[in-house]
Amino acid sequence: MLILTCPYCGVAADETELSPGGEAHLHRAGPGSEDASVEAYLYHRSNPKGVHFERWRHAYGCGKWFHSARDTATNDVFGTYPAQVTETPQNILEAIAQRRPGWERPQ
Amino acid sequence: MSRRLETGGLFIDRNAPMGFTFDGKDRGGFGGDTLASALLACGQLVMGRSFKYHRQRGPVSCGAEEPNALVGLGEGGLFEPNARATITPLTEGLRAISQNRWPSLAFDIGAVNAKLSKFLPAGFYYKTFLWPRAFWKHVYEPAIRRSAGLGKPPSQPDADRYEQVNTAADVLIAGGGVAGLAAAMEAGRNGARVILMEQGPRWGGRALIDAPLTGETIDGQPAADWIEMAVDTLETMPNVTMRLHTQVSGVFDHGFALAEERCADAGPAPVRARLWRIRARRIVTAQGAIERPLAFAGNDVPGVMLAGAVRDYAVGYGVAVGERVVVVTAGDDGYRTAIALVEAGLAVPALLDVRRGATGPLVERAQALGIRIEEGRGIAHVSGGQSVTGVSICAQDGPGEVIEEIACDAVAMSGGWSPAVHLWSQAGGKLTWDEGAAMFRPDHARPPTGADGSGFVLPAGGSDGAASTEDALRSGAEAGRLAAEGGVPADLAPPQAAPMPQVWVMPRDAGLALREKMWLDFQNDVKVSDVELAAREGYRSVEHAKRYTTLGMATDQGKLSNIGGLATLGHALGEAIPQVGTTTFRPPWTPIILGSIAGSATGAQFQPVRRTPMQDWHDANGADYEPVGQWRRPYSYPREGEDREAAAQRETRAVREAVGLLDASTLGKIVVKGPDAGRFMDMIYTNMMSNLAVGRCRYGLICNDSGFLMDDGVVARLSEDTWLCHTTTGGAEHIHAHMEEWLQTEWWDWQVYTANLTEQFAQVVVAGPQARKLLDRLGGMDVSREAMPFMSWAEGSLHGFDARVFRISFSGEVSYEVSVRASEGAELWQALLEEGEDLGVTPYGTEAMHILRAEKGYVMIGEESDGTITPQDLNLGWAVSKKKADFIGKRGLTRSHLADPERPRLVGLRSLDGTVIEAGAQVVGPGVTPTGQNATEGRVTSSYHSPTFGHGIAMALIRRGPERLGETVEVTRIGGGRQKAVLVDPVLYDAKGDRLNG
Repeated sequence: MLILTCPYCGVAADETELSPGGEAHLHRAGPGSEDASVEAYLYHRSNPKGVHFERWRHAYGCGKWFHSARDTATNDVFGTYPAQVTETPQNILEAIAQRRPGWERPQ
Repeated sequence: MSRRLETGGLFIDRNAPMGFTFDGKDRGGFGGDTLASALLACGQLVMGRSFKYHRQRGPVSCGAEEPNALVGLGEGGLFEPNARATITPLTEGLRAISQNRWPSLAFDIGAVNAKLSKFLPAGFYYKTFLWPRAFWKHVYEPAIRRSAGLGKPPSQPDADRYEQVNTAADVLIAGGGVAGLAAAMEAGRNGARVILMEQGPRWGGRALIDAPLTGETIDGQPAADWIEMAVDTLETMPNVTMRLHTQVSGVFDHGFALAEERCADAGPAPVRARLWRIRARRIVTAQGAIERPLAFAGNDVPGVMLAGAVRDYAVGYGVAVGERVVVVTAGDDGYRTAIALVEAGLAVPALLDVRRGATGPLVERAQALGIRIEEGRGIAHVSGGQSVTGVSICAQDGPGEVIEEIACDAVAMSGGWSPAVHLWSQAGGKLTWDEGAAMFRPDHARPPTGADGSGFVLPAGGSDGAASTEDALRSGAEAGRLAAEGGVPADLAPPQAAPMPQVWVMPRDAGLALREKMWLDFQNDVKVSDVELAAREGYRSVEHAKRYTTLGMATDQGKLSNIGGLATLGHALGEAIPQVGTTTFRPPWTPIILGSIAGSATGAQFQPVRRTPMQDWHDANGADYEPVGQWRRPYSYPREGEDREAAAQRETRAVREAVGLLDASTLGKIVVKGPDAGRFMDMIYTNMMSNLAVGRCRYGLICNDSGFLMDDGVVARLSEDTWLCHTTTGGAEHIHAHMEEWLQTEWWDWQVYTANLTEQFAQVVVAGPQARKLLDRLGGMDVSREAMPFMSWAEGSLHGFDARVFRISFSGEVSYEVSVRASEGAELWQALLEEGEDLGVTPYGTEAMHILRAEKGYVMIGEESDGTITPQDLNLGWAVSKKKADFIGKRGLTRSHLADPERPRLVGLRSLDGTVIEAGAQVVGPGVTPTGQNATEGRVTSSYHSPTFGHGIAMALIRRGPERLGETVEVTRIGGGRQKAVLVDPVLYDAKGDRLNG
């Protein structure tokens, strides 16, 4: 059972306090979008073995959505950060670079 | 025959006799006995039958790894199947029964399977019964089910009580042997919060028995003294928690561990077992090692046991498993057993050591005792059926030519020891193969890792491969110190393991006749020849071979069979053991009681029940409830002589003819407020909500971004910046979460607050032709047609209650929903009943609500919708804005499949004979599917008997439904057959809305 620290209330929360929200940093394809981008937005998700950015909600705590950067194979947690971002914060990327030298975000 | 020795027995109290029964016969033992030791002391060697061949089996071990001695304990609601006799503490009055035998343990019909073993090879399930097909269902499967299987499931609910506890520790230590105690002392001295758990009934592990046999001391003290000192020291440390009878059963991500404490094993206790949920910074695994059997012909005959178990019974319990015990060993350990037996006054006719030239203190001691040692020898086969009568010995390096036959009544075998790496492996720790010691051991460089990426499990003692008490002490202390400091296993030096020859088959070149009698998995009857067959048939992966042969799938989960099985597989495939690898280690370490997983969450405590403010009245007035989420809503209120359906029919008529009351407090009430609330509402709902006037209500739909309908309900605009959203009963929480998700993750710069106020308000539907009169009688608010037209709301004082009254309808009648503070709901309900008595006021439940809405053609989320339905499918396209630039689901709804005119759409359905169509029935379409089945073109979503019309009414989703009114179709019936029905307008009642607006 994972422990993730909620970046809002600071609680190191057990996984049972959280609800998962899938992959983070998706871009909504709204009205006017091409079929391919709508398909990708609604259904295509990456499933990496390794560094992954994902959404969680502190559902049985403060109720806030946040993101975590986690290694799906080892459960290393590189950091958690508020969901109110459009890109991964620099300090998180640095933490990943330090512990996973040479890692690059897949395109 | 096994018996109690005249003297000895470290663990038993000969002054505490205890009576128990086995298969109904009265037996006696002593305090401190296990069920197995007590049965052996009574001469009862056979304790079970194997799974497949029903062979008679005695215990092979003295611990948690036992595969054979499985028994049923207790009776009725306290019955427990598949208890391992070897770790069941003997208690006064214990009732045990044997399993998997009929009619009796001594004579069992199913044993005929053994005679048929040639026809029951590995994978026989998959091969034998392919043809004829019908035979499988009617002949083979029932026969197999009757003859296979172990304990019978209990016939009554578990009468015991269980509880769970959550806690945290700096250091959790699994195992209370020398290594575990040493680790606890070091960690405790360093100030860490320590939890030390031992599965067995005493501290000290193997050292109590093994150290004295070789004169080993611990820190210069006799083992027993050191253990006592360690326990005393730990008990004085306030930061150390100690538990016996407690197995750490699983290690999971980020230092989470589960442990089960068998409270009742230590004596009478208010709870039988307690499940510990522990979050530990570091976990020390000190569970010791498991002795390996040797694979020789007849190694499953009762009386063939692990050497360690034989000496445990002798030294620990004062029990001789036989008078003449032949010892066969691949390493030093067999010598310990031989020495212990001779010292206990028993005969050891021979000690067969597969090695040549073994030396060391144990060998010298055995020689000094005059034990006959045969080097380079093994067992060709064991004689005997119900018990051992002798062994034939042979050269280990050869095909098994018999050199000599030795009469004996028991065999002690030792194939070396495998570190118990289960907990290490469960959470992702990797193993390394130690060729010299012939064992898989934890690879300290590849541990299970925590959130910070560092290894959080530190193995110690026998679990890490330690061979001597001294090494266990050192490695335990070192692991404890490191654990307290938050260190990692890479900084922990692995202890010295004992060199061990690899003896996987005895004798080495045994032919098929012998290999067919060498058991690997005793419980599941998997033999060396079965694994070889699997390899020949192409099962190269150890995981596949396991499932094909069932090796390691018994209740001991391969504790005894795993290593021998994968070595055999590797040999058959010509691969080295590390290339074959191990199967996956999964929790629990040993079985835990299902009751302890449930804890106290059974019966009424299974989950919380949400109660409305009027629930007491419902309870007192005969409500027949149905669960709706965590709520219990009255389905109907049956009166004397009525069933629940008849009551719903009466309640429906009362609403149509007089006035009804529905407790609608469970409906979701979410307030959306803020300067950007209108903009936000327009995104959440498919229709326009920002232009709703204050004081007005509007029906709205919520879709997800794929375009599928999620929820519906009436929205009221409370003020310039405030909207109140009614949701379905089941939708309140997830619609609120849906709003929050979009608000927080997409439009976080919008100034909007949401609040779920569902439980803050009680709400009553007052519906029917007398509804207005009833509210007028309550008085205080003008609810006239003019002052409060359909789809408006007003605030005021109604009968002294601060109330919001919404003129909305889910029945088609004049209808008001009255909302008051939750604390006043019961009073409002009572006032409505009293004031409306002469008007025929009638409380109605959810079934009447359903019938009323279906007569009116209103859809119900979860009935007409199921997550794959769009608003247009339900003819609700009018509630999907074409003007708005965007809303959640707008783009999704334009996808080609959702815009397909061939989609099933909502239509009414009426059976030609007026009967009620079965809800869920399929509408049969033209032609057949590609697989030759009847095509379908729709399904019935709701169906009721309508008291208003006097016949069955239904709603259905049918391909192009609304375009086909008047057409007759066929619908399926449960159990076969079809009935004819005609497509009709789903709005049957008051299509013009005269009553609604009246």
